[in-house]
Amino acid sequence: MSWTQENLPLIGELTLNHTRLAVIPIVASFVLSIPLGWLANRNRALRAVVIGGGSLLYTIPSLPLFVILPLIIPTRVLDETNLVVALTIYGVAVMARSASDALASVEPATIDASTAVGFSPAARFFRVELPLAGPVLLAGIRVVSVSTIALVSVGVIIGSANLGYLFQNGKQRGILEEVVVGIVVSLLLALVFDVVIVLLGRLLMPWTRDAPAAGRGADESGASQGPADPDQLVALTGGLR
Amino acid sequence: MNLLLDALRWLADPGNWQSGSQSPLPIQDRLLEHLSYTAVAVVIAALIALPLGFFIGHTGRGRQFVIAFTGSMRALPTLGLLFFLLMVFGYVLSYDTAPIVGATISFVILAIPSMLAGAYSGLESVDRGTIDSARANGMTEWQILTQVEIPLGLPLIVGGVRSAVLQVIATVTIASYAGLGGLGRIITSGIGFNDYDRILGGALLVTALALAIDGLFALTQRATATKGLTDSPQTTRLRTPSRSPRPRTRESA
Repeated sequence: MSWTQENLPLIGELTLNHTRLAVIPIVASFVLSIPLGWLANRNRALRAVVIGGGSLLYTIPSLPLFVILPLIIPTRVLDETNLVVALTIYGVAVMARSASDALASVEPATIDASTAVGFSPAARFFRVELPLAGPVLLAGIRVVSVSTIALVSVGVIIGSANLGYLFQNGKQRGILEEVVVGIVVSLLLALVFDVVIVLLGRLLMPWTRDAPAAGRGADESGASQGPADPDQLVALTGGLR
Repeated sequence: MNLLLDALRWLADPGNWQSGSQSPLPIQDRLLEHLSYTAVAVVIAALIALPLGFFIGHTGRGRQFVIAFTGSMRALPTLGLLFFLLMVFGYVLSYDTAPIVGATISFVILAIPSMLAGAYSGLESVDRGTIDSARANGMTEWQILTQVEIPLGLPLIVGGVRSAVLQVIATVTIASYAGLGGLGRIITSGIGFNDYDRILGGALLVTALALAIDGLFALTQRATATKGLTDSPQTTRLRTPSRSPRPRTRESA
């Protein structure tokens, strides 16, 4: 444990930086995915573009994406922006599908009813559809959060200072403890993010508190998020845990 | 755009495909390494994960385990796991076998959750009524598994394998950073030499490989969907493979 004790400030600093690098893509992909998810539910062609494009982008391995990005956006190779943009792309790729499933999970009868009682389309979207899509959105953003945190560490290869630094430095200097600390802190960080997101969800959606299984929302996402998709299990856990 | 053209020119340069040239060339050798690391890891992972997933999916025992396991694996940083195993095996194995054993095991660990989840959810997705009627018709449990559940769940099962393969392809790229071969070597040596054509050329190769393999799997998934299942609108929405091309997590690199 001596390495850990001597390097607590370093670990703290890297953790903070890791957090910062993860928060931006998570928030950005949540915000960007809602209009995309809405668009995807408009018609088939848009759906193909949003969902198909998303899974295509998701197929690009991260290290190549990190080095290709500087050609597409005006950044330099070792710029942290590349990392943030790449992670946002992956986040949006996952989240746009969740958002489209989430919005599609709202009962048509509820939408009709809200139209009948006089909601304007915009008010209906923000005050009826979006809140009701909440549980599925929550399940989606939990998946994005966990995988983003795990991925940030790859950024060390393009010079970003985050928990991945502990992996690289520990390997180079032959300090196994350092690598282990990096893994453990990274896992803990993912757990903390998950807890915070779930708490935020309870705060914003007080009506889901009494339904421990997050009701049909979670189930729905599990089923419709896509068969090929082991994520459905995690979406399910979103409700079950 | 010029950089991109230069990278393509680099890829097209026959000199870079000349066998016997200095590492990280020739390109085809690295490509072959990349594919063989992937294949070995995926086969080992499949031997472990598919039977386990079938068992859990068929009996319904251990469902919570799959969910918790796949969820927490998602949080595991690939690079950390890889370096950790390389170091651990470095202590117990010889200098030249440690990297390959350590790396292969980390790829296997990465590939297992997707396949396990795919196998399990594939079986789970089969209509209970269908299974009950198979049982009522006198099929044995083994027959139900092999003749009903697996064929009907095949798109999801293939989907799990697909996620796993893509995740491993992506991860093998970083593995080269830890002293192994594969296409990542082209990228890392390019970074070392500050040779942009090479970095981009390597990146394009990995991406093209991932897209090509993903495309193959998409076709396989479509071909393995049981005909007739897609008739009712309900199942179309839930089960068509065309709507399910979303793979693995990005703990993969």
